[in-house]
Amino acid sequence: MTMIKETYPVKAGDMTAAGDVSARIKRQMKQLGIPASVVRRVSVGTYEAEINLVIHSEGGRIDFSISPEKITIRVVDQGPGIPDLKKAMTEGWSTATNEVRNMGFGAGMGLPNMKRNADEFTIESTVGVGTDITMSFNI
Amino acid sequence: MQVSEFVKLAGGRVLTGEYEDREIACGYTCDLLSHVMGKGQADMAWITVQAHMNVIAVAALLDFACVIIPENLPVDETIIAKAAQEDIIMISCEQTAFELVNVLHEGGVPSAKKG
Repeated sequence: MTMIKETYPVKAGDMTAAGDVSARIKRQMKQLGIPASVVRRVSVGTYEAEINLVIHSEGGRIDFSISPEKITIRVVDQGPGIPDLKKAMTEGWSTATNEVRNMGFGAGMGLPNMKRNADEFTIESTVGVGTDITMSFNI
Repeated sequence: MQVSEFVKLAGGRVLTGEYEDREIACGYTCDLLSHVMGKGQADMAWITVQAHMNVIAVAALLDFACVIIPENLPVDETIIAKAAQEDIIMISCEQTAFELVNVLHEGGVPSAKKG
């Protein structure tokens, strides 16, 4: 049984708004009384995904759903897709621009942070199509 | 250590105005936001030279006790307004990050957990 299912669009390139979707999802989790340790893990995973959408993608969306057992975050973008997933999952590897690095991003920790915080993590990517990430977190 | 104690000892300026005092559970200094996302803990005092909107997002998501900006580095009014809106205590100090770590350490604040 799914209690909540929401979809939030994320715009490419809008660094000022980056984090707004994660903040909304965090507020919803707190209102529902989800344990703080779970809220924290979901927040880290969602924020990293949101930043990636803003920095690297051509725009996308974050789907947020809660069932009594788990929280699922699905992140789907409209491209450009990741040519080498193995490299992208390596801590320290990043294709971020200097401008983004100067803001403290592009440390190559986004995807590893997502994987580390989620109980289940899957990523599929096709160049020219886009990237599809699902993270689930046991409550 | 309470945030108010730190402000007093460091001679800091609370940019976000009036605040509800809270306990600082641990401290951390780092300017890589992804690194902070990975290591950050609730009630942490975070010292960083980064002063943009995403710093507030990270501090709010992880429920940090305060964000401390060293060396009186400039912070835009829009950032301060966002911090106040998110109930993030933002403190500006004249000292370097190194000196501010010492203030926290002398006050008995441990480092954020390693690993």
